[in-house]
Amino acid sequence: MSTIVSLPDQATARIPKRNYLTNENGLLSWLLTGDHKRIAVLYLISITFFFFIGGALAGMIRLELLTPQSDLMASDTYNKVFTMHGVIMVFLFLVPSVPATLGNFLIPIMIGAKDLAFPKINLLSWYLYLVGGGMTLTAMITGGVDTGWTFTTPMSTHFSNTNVITTGLAIFVAGFSSIFTGLNFIVTIHRMRAPGMTWFKLPLFCWAHYAASILMVLGTPVLAITLVLVVLERTIGIGVFDPTKGGDPILFQHLFWFYSHPAVYIMILPGMGVISEVISTFSRKRVFGYTAVAFSSVAIAVFGFFVWAHHMFIMGVSNYAVLVFSLLTMLVAVPSAIKIFNWAFTLYKGSITFETPMLYAFGFMGLFTIGGLTGVFLGSSGTDIHLTETYFIVAHFHFVMVGGMLMAFLSGVHFWWPKMTGRMYPEKISQLAAVVTFIGFNFTFFPQFLLGMLGMPRRYAAYPHEFQVLNVFSTAGASILGVGYLLPMIYLIWSLKYGEVAGNNPWQATGLEWQIQSPPLTENFTTIPIVTQDVYDYEWLERQKEHEVTHVG
Amino acid sequence: MGLSPVLWQFLVKWMTNFAIIPPEASRIAPQVDALLVFMTLVSLVGLVLVGLLVTAFSILYRREKHPVAVQIEGSTLLEATWTIIPLGLFLVMFVWGSVLYFRIYTPPPNAMNIYVVGKQWMWKAEHPGGQHEINSLHVPINQPIQITLISQDVFHSFSIPAFRVKREAIPGRYTTVWFEATQVGTYHLFCTQYCGTNHSAMIGEVDVLTPEDYKKWLADSTSGVSLAQNGERLFASLSCNACHNGQPDSRGPSLANVYGSKLTLSTGQPVLVDEAYLRQAILNPSAHITQGYAPIMPTYQGQVSEEGLISLVEYIKNLSTNYRVQQTLNTTALLPEQPDKVPAKGASAQGVAKP
Ligand code: HEM
Ligand SMILES: [Cu+2]
Repeated sequence: MSTIVSLPDQATARIPKRNYLTNENGLLSWLLTGDHKRIAVLYLISITFFFFIGGALAGMIRLELLTPQSDLMASDTYNKVFTMHGVIMVFLFLVPSVPATLGNFLIPIMIGAKDLAFPKINLLSWYLYLVGGGMTLTAMITGGVDTGWTFTTPMSTHFSNTNVITTGLAIFVAGFSSIFTGLNFIVTIHRMRAPGMTWFKLPLFCWAHYAASILMVLGTPVLAITLVLVVLERTIGIGVFDPTKGGDPILFQHLFWFYSHPAVYIMILPGMGVISEVISTFSRKRVFGYTAVAFSSVAIAVFGFFVWAHHMFIMGVSNYAVLVFSLLTMLVAVPSAIKIFNWAFTLYKGSITFETPMLYAFGFMGLFTIGGLTGVFLGSSGTDIHLTETYFIVAHFHFVMVGGMLMAFLSGVHFWWPKMTGRMYPEKISQLAAVVTFIGFNFTFFPQFLLGMLGMPRRYAAYPHEFQVLNVFSTAGASILGVGYLLPMIYLIWSLKYGEVAGNNPWQATGLEWQIQSPPLTENFTTIPIVTQDVYDYEWLERQKEHEVTHVG
Repeated sequence: MGLSPVLWQFLVKWMTNFAIIPPEASRIAPQVDALLVFMTLVSLVGLVLVGLLVTAFSILYRREKHPVAVQIEGSTLLEATWTIIPLGLFLVMFVWGSVLYFRIYTPPPNAMNIYVVGKQWMWKAEHPGGQHEINSLHVPINQPIQITLISQDVFHSFSIPAFRVKREAIPGRYTTVWFEATQVGTYHLFCTQYCGTNHSAMIGEVDVLTPEDYKKWLADSTSGVSLAQNGERLFASLSCNACHNGQPDSRGPSLANVYGSKLTLSTGQPVLVDEAYLRQAILNPSAHITQGYAPIMPTYQGQVSEEGLISLVEYIKNLSTNYRVQQTLNTTALLPEQPDKVPAKGASAQGVAKP
């Protein structure tokens, strides 16, 4: 047998009548659900909503920067716009995106469990997310915040007259959503694996989420405490960050980045998990060096806690601290490099196809490589001095977060769309969307590296005229990118009604999630599976197929 | 620089023309650029390598050409290769970058000091001769300049891209950065740390002048009062001299020669007296009581502006003979003749008279 046979039921296929979507009806059945899959869908909808708000703000930023003067909006307004853009994108989109949607949906299924360990807490974390999001929107509508998403003191504590408290508390609340999700994942992965599902049979997606969950549980409380301190300082003036009261303004930076650096990995690790699954499936191979990839996730998570001060090289931390943090930053870059090469070599002697998730995954590899390499420019303390706080930073983290994370998210959404909805997305137009996104992305953010090299500071509403040409490029690119993001929004909704019926395993993939019906039953498995085959065992899969064909035929 | 100077010149011309790098106008700039070029090349090689691998494999092993995948477990040798080579390269960049970092932030002993105060939303520079300027900074060419920075309100960041230097101005804390300009001209001075409403308007100019022009500028913009003289005046008007009068029975320690020395605190702890210590001792005296003295000094928090503090610190520094010798050596060549008398009127507790 040389080619994969298509499933015999494909032509006459129907979506199974009984599934998690149809199990119960009515709004209340959704709002009170304990089903991890339904909660994932709730998250998907709310996260998409916030992404488009954040995106609209991004559009305003780029339009303002089309010309050197601040002519579209006053600089106060601009400051609020980029602050809200940052807050919404980071805390309400990037952090929860893959874990809360795909992670929630897939982790129990991938390990052969019926649900997460704490379904009610899972629902609670969605409500916390909504409350946090609602508070953020309230803060935005009632005057906005102008501190930047980094809430730097004493700007945020003493010099801003905007809604810092509401926003701080909003993030505090949303933070608990993230802590609970992390806890739920850790306990679930430890305690609820099906018989035979050993740690080294765990899909890399689960490993990545496991590592990210450790970060969520250990890092987020620090952010929460920091924000509470900011609020206390604003309201009753406790003075921990206030130098005139003997406080230390740099302490805030330490606390903030102690969370926010690991947060970068909270955002990117789950994305890496998606990429591992997708590349493996579409090249029909076990991920090259599975163990190395699994452990590099954990290594990134652990070392990720020890590099926060690389955000502070120019802030007067001691020279020797700079030395140590610069070295650790270089070390943490290594596992990322390992992963890129492992993915590339997974393709070697594979049998590769180029469906949309794979195109996004390729996009991820290109953009993440650029983002990662430019991170080394910033990790090396001597060059960081020139590049930090300029558009080089903006370009760098957009390459990592938006180029990396968002590509991974879109890759994952397309990949598991058939499982989640039972229907296929339209292939041709989504391939087009992936390409448009990739082109638009480079067009938007590559010029920003050059702007940064030239010294253009970030968070400027107006800028010297010599920077205009590159800014015009960037704004033009942003409009292409915007189209790239709108397209999936449209055709994915379209596919809910008109998409081809997917069948259980449209990609002929190996994971447990592909062995059950799409969309799955509420309880996922009718009987708890006993896992005997290795993870990514495509040979086993083909033997299964042969078996089925002979039986059905 | 590692590259041949001719090739380097050529590269820089080309990169400047294509607006990839700003002009190289300081001693350190070519060194920073050399590392940037090295990193860019390594990154390009890395990126091309990944790109080639992915493209080549995608073509060679696409489904039509290669219908059945060959399962491969992994390869320790390969994994070791792509762990060790990036690690090695990153370590090179780390060492190279750290050497640069220490160079950028370690001023040479003969640097001339200029104070800069950041405030919403302007840069105020204070030259030792008493010249003040706002959102502009005049410096002589080929002379190491140390900038001592502080912020009066929020974080600001002092950035001159053409010199490849940047340093955060922090409330309540002195930080320093130095540079040596190598090309006459006017360059951007940005605030790069987001600091509120008019952050993007907090732009100044650095004017690099020839020594002659600089002398002329100093003479034209001198206020007649040097920082130290202004400090002396404040010292009197704030009644600091009531206690710190150098008499054996005075209530406060003598401040002559105190700068740069090691004091013993009442806790028995030794401290090095530097600018930051002096500033703190004025604002928050009870935090460090010198051995042998009672904790009676009042705080001057809220009574002296940052500029006033700078003048006081400069005055106390000048009471130190070593320091005076050093400053004189450094700056007399450049400074115009200074009037020796302290003007009697115009002393104000709120810092410095404007030019
Ligand atoms: C069309 C897409 C986008 C464009 C054109 C865009 C543009 C920008 C620009 C110009 C800034 C810099 C603001 C400044 O420093 O003055 C910025 C900041 C930022 N963007 Fe985006 N962005 C886009 C999408 C995204 C997405 C999708 C995310 C996250 C998923 C994101 C996350 C951020 C963050 C975290 C900041 C930092 C905000 C800050 O500096 O306070 N952006 N964006
Ligand atoms: Cu500023």
